[in-house]
Amino acid sequence: MANDVRPPFWLLAELTYRCPLHCVFCSNPIDYARHGEEVDTATWKRVLGEARALGAVQLGFSGGEPLLRDDLEELVAHAHRLGFYTNLITSGIGLTVARARALKRSGLDHVQLSFQDSTRELNDFITSTRTFDLKSRVAAVIKDAGYPMVLNCVMHRFNLPHVGRIIEMAQRMGADYLELANTQYYGWAWHNRAALMPTALELRDAEALVTAHRERLRAGGSPMKIFWVSPDYADARPKPCMSGWGAVFLVVAPDGVALPCHSARMLPGLAFPNLRETSVRAAWYDSDAFNRYRGTAWMNDTCGNCGDRDKDHAGCRCQAFLVAGDAAATDPVCPKSPHRDRIDAMLQAAGAPRDDVAPLRFVPGAATAGALVFRGEAASLALSAAPLVCDPDPTSS
Amino acid sequence: MIGAHDTPQVAPLFRLQFEPVQAAWVLLYPEGMVKLNTPAAEILRRCDGQRSVDAIVEELETAFSHCGLADDVRAFLEQARGRGWLRGAP
Repeated sequence: MANDVRPPFWLLAELTYRCPLHCVFCSNPIDYARHGEEVDTATWKRVLGEARALGAVQLGFSGGEPLLRDDLEELVAHAHRLGFYTNLITSGIGLTVARARALKRSGLDHVQLSFQDSTRELNDFITSTRTFDLKSRVAAVIKDAGYPMVLNCVMHRFNLPHVGRIIEMAQRMGADYLELANTQYYGWAWHNRAALMPTALELRDAEALVTAHRERLRAGGSPMKIFWVSPDYADARPKPCMSGWGAVFLVVAPDGVALPCHSARMLPGLAFPNLRETSVRAAWYDSDAFNRYRGTAWMNDTCGNCGDRDKDHAGCRCQAFLVAGDAAATDPVCPKSPHRDRIDAMLQAAGAPRDDVAPLRFVPGAATAGALVFRGEAASLALSAAPLVCDPDPTSS
Repeated sequence: MIGAHDTPQVAPLFRLQFEPVQAAWVLLYPEGMVKLNTPAAEILRRCDGQRSVDAIVEELETAFSHCGLADDVRAFLEQARGRGWLRGAP
C-alpha cells in the first residue's frame, strides 16, 4: 500500500482548541473539551521538521484560535526556516499591530481571517461574542502589515441572503481572496444542522449573486477572487473529500493525534497515531488508520465499480458515518447511495416552515438560542457525556 | 504588452522556491501551489524587478546555448502576468 502513497502536501497544525469565539458551525469535535493536553513547543518543532522532510509545503496554523499560543511566533519562525509556506487561520482576536508585525518578522506568509457576516448583529450572534468591530479593525491591521489576506466566511441560512454585502465588505477591506464556505456538517455544525441548513432556492439565489459579483469584479479590474465552496448536501455529487483519505492532507490535533481530516477522529474502530510517540513518517505511511481508506480496495461494489471512483474517492468517510452509520458506506450524498433519501429528507426539512431563532440577538454567555447550541466547554462536556452514535433519523436533532 | 525594457517581478502574493522532494521549482501562494516546468522556472527566477526582459532573454540564451528565445520568454511573461504571478495589473 505504502508504495503509491505520496507525501502529505498540506499540514494543518491545530495548535489549540481554546477559542474566544463560540461559533455554532465550528468544525472542532463536539467532545474537544475531553481531549488531552496540548503538545509542547519542542514536539511541534519536531513534527514540523519531520513533515517538511517528507515533502509537506503548505502549513496552516489553526485551532481553536492559534493566537492563544504564546509560542506561535517561535513556531512560525521555525516553519519559515524549514521552507514552509505559512498560513495563519485566525478569528483575528488577539492580532494586535505588534503581533502582526512580530509574526511578519518571523516569516508568516499569509493570514486567513474569519468573518461571520457583513452585519454586526449576525456576526455577534453567531459567534456569541461582541467581535464584529474588532474583526474589522484586524482586517486593516493585516493589510497594513503587508500580508496577503483571505477572508473566510462560513455560509448558512442566516447569512446567505447577505452574500452580496459580504462580497462588498471583503472588497472594501482589501481582501485578496474571499472564501464563501458553505457549512459542512461535521462537529458543531452537524449538531446544529437543522437550524443552519438553507433551502436549495436560497443556495441558488446566493450562487447567482456570487456569479454576478465575479463579473463585476472582473470588469472593474479588481484583483479579488471569490471561492464558492459547494454546499455538501444540495450538490448531487459527492465531494472528493480532502482529495482522498490520507492523500495530501495531514491534520495534527492539539493533543498530537494525526488525522486525515478535521473530523475523522470520531470514526469508530480507528486508532489514530499520536505524534508524541510516533514519527510523522510512520503515522502517514504505516499506520492502519491512514491506510484504511486509501486507494480503492476498501470500497464496496457501488463505489469500486463506479467510473468516478478515482475522481471523488467515494466521497467523505465522515459523512458516510454520520448519515449512513458506516464509514465505509457510499457517501450518502451520491445518488447511487441507498441512503440518499436521508440527505433528501434533510434538504426537504430545510424548506419546511421553521421555528425561528428570532430575534438573532447576542446574549452574553448564552449556551443556546432556540435550536442552536453555541460551541463552548460546558456544552462540549454535556454533549459528549454519551458516545456519539449514528442518528437513525438524521432529520431530527 | 510586456516591453523589452520592463523589469518584471514576481508578485508579493507569491513565493518562488525549489522543492527538493518534488525536484521542481514551485510558486506558493495562500493555501496553494503551482509546480513549474523548467523553462517557466528559469524565467521566473530571473524576474527580480532588476533585470529587464532583454537581459533575461540574453541570460537564458547564454545559459542554455540557445538563441531566438525572445518570443517564447515574452509569451510566457504575458501569460504569467495574466495569472497574476507578476507585479502590476494584468
